[in-house]
Amino acid sequence: MSGSDTIDNPERRNFLGKITTVAGVTGAAAACWPFVNSMNPSSDVLAKATTEVDLSNIPPGGEHSVAWQGKPVFVVHRTPEQIKNAESSNGSIDPEADSKRVLKPEWLVVVGICTHLGCVPNRDPEGGWLCPCHGSMYDASGRVIRGPAPKNLEVPTYSFVSDNKILIGKA
Amino acid sequence: MFNRMISWIDQRFPLTSFVKHDLTGYPTPRNLSYWWNFGFLAGFVLVLQLATGIFLAMHYKADSGMAFDSIQHIMRDVNYGWLLRYLHATGASAFFVVVYVHMARTLYYGSYRKPRELLWWTGQGLLLLLMAISFMGYLLPWGQMSYWGAAVITNLFRATPFIGDQVVIWLRGDYGVGDATLTRFFALHYLFPFIIVGGVVIHLIALHTVKSSNPSGINLADKDNIPFHPYFTIKDMFGLGVYLLVFFVFVFFFPNAFIEAANNIPANPMQTPPHIVPEWYFLPFYAILRSVPDLIGGVVAMGLSVMIFAAMPYMDRSRIPGGAHYRPLYRLQFYIFIIAIFVLGYVGSQPVTDNIVLLGRGATLVYFACFLFLPIISKVEERMLLKRGLPPAVRAMVEGEKA
Repeated sequence: MSGSDTIDNPERRNFLGKITTVAGVTGAAAACWPFVNSMNPSSDVLAKATTEVDLSNIPPGGEHSVAWQGKPVFVVHRTPEQIKNAESSNGSIDPEADSKRVLKPEWLVVVGICTHLGCVPNRDPEGGWLCPCHGSMYDASGRVIRGPAPKNLEVPTYSFVSDNKILIGKA
Repeated sequence: MFNRMISWIDQRFPLTSFVKHDLTGYPTPRNLSYWWNFGFLAGFVLVLQLATGIFLAMHYKADSGMAFDSIQHIMRDVNYGWLLRYLHATGASAFFVVVYVHMARTLYYGSYRKPRELLWWTGQGLLLLLMAISFMGYLLPWGQMSYWGAAVITNLFRATPFIGDQVVIWLRGDYGVGDATLTRFFALHYLFPFIIVGGVVIHLIALHTVKSSNPSGINLADKDNIPFHPYFTIKDMFGLGVYLLVFFVFVFFFPNAFIEAANNIPANPMQTPPHIVPEWYFLPFYAILRSVPDLIGGVVAMGLSVMIFAAMPYMDRSRIPGGAHYRPLYRLQFYIFIIAIFVLGYVGSQPVTDNIVLLGRGATLVYFACFLFLPIISKVEERMLLKRGLPPAVRAMVEGEKA
């Protein structure tokens, strides 16, 4: 290095300039992460991740909605007739066997949010659901039988903690 | 004393030259019609929205437990709270009326054409910001329509490839629309208008570089330009007077015309209202969303229906100067497009039935066809007009552009 204005190793200077730019951009991008991540669900929201439901008060044919993670979950005590209907087909738009969607055939647990754009479907006396927003229909297993919804009602992870108590949100 | 103060400033800041160059002396085509008032009106509505919004924020509570009641507090207890709120709510609709007319004028008179592409695109960016702001502002009253509108629209982001579900949860900060969503929407609803102000400055810098278009569609000679002040300040003021008359008829006599009745019920995440409709200014786009029988396809079509305006400078390939006034085919197409938008708006406001779906699909096709066939139509029209014969001066301009 001397005091003159000429650069004795321009490639070296070029390389250092590029490395500095890369490091600077990477650092700036990394610094964005805390801001982006702060918008994800906070710990207290995550803490409400499970909901316990007492099944003993739900009569056969009855439906009970509970809030799980701020979303409605339909817990349905299905009658033998509804079980037979549900098991007789696999649905048409998003085929799935009824046995894959329940732990015990008499209890159906589904997230009550239409898979189209997130409205809450209304209970249909036949045993299924009808979405008021865009007319999607679901059968007694929560499977979509008329669009525009693309998928069946989601089955949350849940487990039986006793014969008539389930814990939604934990397998 | 005053003159000495001004000259003190002028030595340090280009005040006089700025006022002269960009405000009072700004050269403006003398043939501007009242359709050219709407840019100024949009600026006026922006200022009114900022002012009413800031004062509303002094009384509003962005908390899911208190938001709904704080609106009632504003309406009943806050001095002139009802006026602030009705100005702000009516102002949102007025903003879209003014901006849509401003856009329609641009389309009709071909103001998007070279060299005003950047002017048009910055305007497009401002429209997107306006849509985001109004959508987020609509959640704040925390009524049923607010809640379910936000639930449906945030759900659209499920169409994001691979990480759709995570994006929706990230946007909401919760598994459903909740307190976290409300608070962040409030924060952004307060921030974005200031970004709009910045965007307007860029829009105006672009405008003052390329200057205003005019009804003839031909760049005028210097002698046909007149200073902005007093000629257009007075014209804008007259337009403002007419605008305010109409605006205040709504504010004072029909303040609930644009507020859905269902929004007077507090948000309930467990119960969807029987018929969800967005605000009127989103209806055409909502109808396009519903017309596509597939979630991702619908979202893409809706996004495209807003963004496709940006392609206008390239889709319009005609070299004939002037707006739709001098271009019969383009004019016909313009009116068909406007009709298609109104049909889509009607479709979007109706519950889904077979006939409505069919009508919506037809109108969606017409909407997009207006854009997609424009390159062909504009060329055919150019050939037709050249054959029919143009005035010599205009002909020379077209020939000049070829060279």
